[in-house]
Amino acid sequence: MGFFLEVLLGGLMAGVLYSLVALGLVLIFKASGVFNFAQGAMVLFAALSLVRLMEKMPLPLALLATCLIMLALAYAIERLVLRPLVNQPAISLFMATLGITFFLEGFGQILWGSDIYKLDLGIPKQPLIILENVFQGGILVGSDDLFATVVSGALVIVLAIFFQKTRIGRALRAVADDHQAAQSIGIPLNQIWLIVWTVAGLVALVAGIIWGSRLGVQFSLSLIALKALPVVILGGFTSVPGAIVGGLIIGVGEKMSEIYLGPHIGGGIENWFAYTVALAFLLVRPEGLFGEKIIDRV
Amino acid sequence: MFYREVGEFKSTYAADQVVFPIRQDRYFVWAVVLFAFVGVPYFANPYWFSAILIPFLILSLAALGLNLLVGYCGQISLGTGGFMAVGAYAAYNLAVRVPGLNPLAAFLLAGGITTIVGIAFGIPSLRIKGFYLAVATLAAQFFLDWIFSRIAWFTNYTPSGSLNAPPVTLFDFTFDTPVRKYLLCLSFAAVFAVLARNLVRGRMGRAWMAIRDMDVAAEIIGIRPLYAKLSAFAVSSFFIGVAGALWAFVHLGSWEPLAFDVNRSFSLLFMVIIGGLGSILGSFLGAAFITLLPLFLNQLPTWLGLHWSTALIAHLESMIFGALIVFFLIVEPLGLARLWSIAKEKLRLWPFPH
Repeated sequence: MGFFLEVLLGGLMAGVLYSLVALGLVLIFKASGVFNFAQGAMVLFAALSLVRLMEKMPLPLALLATCLIMLALAYAIERLVLRPLVNQPAISLFMATLGITFFLEGFGQILWGSDIYKLDLGIPKQPLIILENVFQGGILVGSDDLFATVVSGALVIVLAIFFQKTRIGRALRAVADDHQAAQSIGIPLNQIWLIVWTVAGLVALVAGIIWGSRLGVQFSLSLIALKALPVVILGGFTSVPGAIVGGLIIGVGEKMSEIYLGPHIGGGIENWFAYTVALAFLLVRPEGLFGEKIIDRV
Repeated sequence: MFYREVGEFKSTYAADQVVFPIRQDRYFVWAVVLFAFVGVPYFANPYWFSAILIPFLILSLAALGLNLLVGYCGQISLGTGGFMAVGAYAAYNLAVRVPGLNPLAAFLLAGGITTIVGIAFGIPSLRIKGFYLAVATLAAQFFLDWIFSRIAWFTNYTPSGSLNAPPVTLFDFTFDTPVRKYLLCLSFAAVFAVLARNLVRGRMGRAWMAIRDMDVAAEIIGIRPLYAKLSAFAVSSFFIGVAGALWAFVHLGSWEPLAFDVNRSFSLLFMVIIGGLGSILGSFLGAAFITLLPLFLNQLPTWLGLHWSTALIAHLESMIFGALIVFFLIVEPLGLARLWSIAKEKLRLWPFPH
């Protein structure tokens, strides 16, 4: 039982990390209807920027500079990619973000180098043993995992407040509902897009920090982020809580299947488990767990 | 002045329905094909064959298959690499396990097997579209990757997981030298290009395009989306499967599952976008472009007298690909093929612009 709970917790923690990446995807999709394939590349880019800037300046300054870089990036994307592609079919925009992905991966590594960098923000790493008196030997939990969970929880709450209560958040939701109607009541679309890509960039930075401090900042960060795709499909493209729950389900499912199913069919299930779950889910409930039901003939 | 329909009188239905209605076009295409079959083997050296021409032809074939699906039927796929792997492994298993089966026949049978797999993974397209479908096909990619690296039966229980293709022969004639391999690939590419060209002109291709342009309207005029979409997946997978078998047997010779990873899928999608969505010629142009660009980038520093590391070149390559994708989507969504047709339009008026 203790082992089961340990696997469960490990899965939940991994799921939190997927959720962080998925969150960025959902934000952009909600506000602009663009499915941002480049979120993973943005995570990599943000983490690389931070880790290299930290070599030259103290942490707070480096963080600030990275935020500014993500703002500049959002501006460039809005100006150079999204604006010329306004009114194009969604699939063109999707392919454009594929282009952004490759551009950012190349650009980031030319600019900041392509080695594996250690990101150390002083997050405590020693494992904790909890519930020692309930189970024999207790349950092993990494304190960095706990930290990640707390951070993502806080991030979700902040974002939820931002979306529900602030003026900009309301404008974002208006744009998500209907571009034209939003524009006709005086919401500047371009500014909204800039804001939402910046917010997605900052979420990418948070995800990059947490992933990076676990695995080191390296190219594979942008591949791990591909896992966010099944997460948003599971949770629903338009739902922030969906991204979280989807991430947790995928994380737990992956770990569970690897541990309990893996030995029987050859291991390495983690690579495709998430996608297959998403695929099965698409057939049954295409809008995801919490997504808005879009009535659309296919 | 010289290149136009004027003065060509069609007196039979057959003449009216030829693939290239303008005579000069026909001559030009025949000249290109003839040159490719006869001229190129004379002056190209082995390096050109194995590094440029053979990969170009095989990737063209795969891009052609993908273009039928993405460009003509509007169903995006990120699983092309996986389907190529199905073709390669199917051909390998057929060639190894079925005694006396000619590898060329194995290629076509492998295409058939890929068709079945493609249809299976195309079934979600009946309920979902757009990037949902992209994720579904991405699932296919990772799943197929995993199957081929984990299930030992597919690799004939080789301990390392890397496979050596048996030689490709036809009536005691072995396709072993670069020139012979090139001619084999060229024959496949030419035959399949003609096939694709005629498919998209026909009933099937028109159904695909109707589905792509507006699925509801297509359904109302009597096109069954089920058949149109699944047939697009089937034909596209067949092409891609044959291309995968060729890639493994003729180009690589020995390969590992990594040869067909997700990057292969992306680069094929890029070929289709850059070359031109919904264009046969575009598939070839895109494949040529994406095969040549890395070679060009590798040579560039030596020409400029600079010393760039290979990592820098690789990153530069991915940067340029990304920028080009965005550039083409914004400036010329129909790709290089559109530039070619613009040139032809201009040529029809030349030298009198009015």
